[in-house]
Amino acid sequence: MTSALEWQLATVTAIHPETAKVKSFTFSLPRWSPHRAGQHYDIRLTADDGYRAQRSYSIASAPERAGEIDLTVELVEGGEVSAFMHEVVVPGDRIELRGPIGGYFVWEAAMGGPLLLVAGGSGVVPLMSMLRHRAAMGSTAPARLLYSSRTYEDVIYRSELDTLAARGDSFELFHTLTRSQPAGWSGFARRIDTRMLGEVSRLYGAKALTFICGPTALVESAANGLLELGLKSERIKTERFGPSGT
Amino acid sequence: MEATNAELTLDGNAVAGTLVEVFGDDLTAATGTCPDCGNHAALATCRAYTHAPGIVLRCSVCDGVQLRLARTPTGWRYEARVRIEGRFPASG
Repeated sequence: MTSALEWQLATVTAIHPETAKVKSFTFSLPRWSPHRAGQHYDIRLTADDGYRAQRSYSIASAPERAGEIDLTVELVEGGEVSAFMHEVVVPGDRIELRGPIGGYFVWEAAMGGPLLLVAGGSGVVPLMSMLRHRAAMGSTAPARLLYSSRTYEDVIYRSELDTLAARGDSFELFHTLTRSQPAGWSGFARRIDTRMLGEVSRLYGAKALTFICGPTALVESAANGLLELGLKSERIKTERFGPSGT
Repeated sequence: MEATNAELTLDGNAVAGTLVEVFGDDLTAATGTCPDCGNHAALATCRAYTHAPGIVLRCSVCDGVQLRLARTPTGWRYEARVRIEGRFPASG
């Protein structure tokens, strides 16, 4: 735990655009330690005059990938750290990180399922780490992801999610697109509501181990909807973040 | 950038690193009882207000202040109102 607290200089080794506003950064860590899926790292930037800005970003990669991590960063309007990451950082740059941090919003394959994941926008990032971990461990715990995005183009990890859902290992994917839908769209086309949550979670009933991550309003309405449907609050874990939307 | 307070609200997960820095341990999985409404929940579920000189954690049910943290030139100052009773079992 003490090493997680110490800042280390990580090297950016790759930058991968996910959508127009979202990029994944691969960091090579001199003092890597395996994370638990759902945890995050803090990024700290220091200006020449000593001014510092710090933000926490969820880990996107699976803990099974030794020595490096992926952090997925959404460009936030007016965001000091996300703008720097998107517009300034290039491979080879070194950035101060500390982590892995967070003992609450975590899932490990040993915890089993059924796993109900609910994401809004870039809230999918820690849930992706859980799904990558689940695949890397060969877990067949039933898992469903309900993922709300504004448009088809805003869906992060779109092709990888399709690939995971095609593995036939009891992972099922449900998209909802709230703003516009491509021609022939067969998924949901509205904000997440209790009826939608009921359709996705019915198979699991009250046994579902639930993780919800996204903008505050989405997280609170999804958590309240699942409580209405009879899920127990101790089986529902939430992570909220601010200036973004679905 | 214009943003309402609600849009800038994070939760306790986001300050896990700062809690390690101040208290030497990740308290976000610890459970606490709100002194105002009695809500019993993990500190991770608190609303976190971090876009100010200090950090304030508030109860997700009644909005009562649970913990205030401020970095001063001489170190961290904090005031805890939440009563922390337990931890999740250590793992990992």
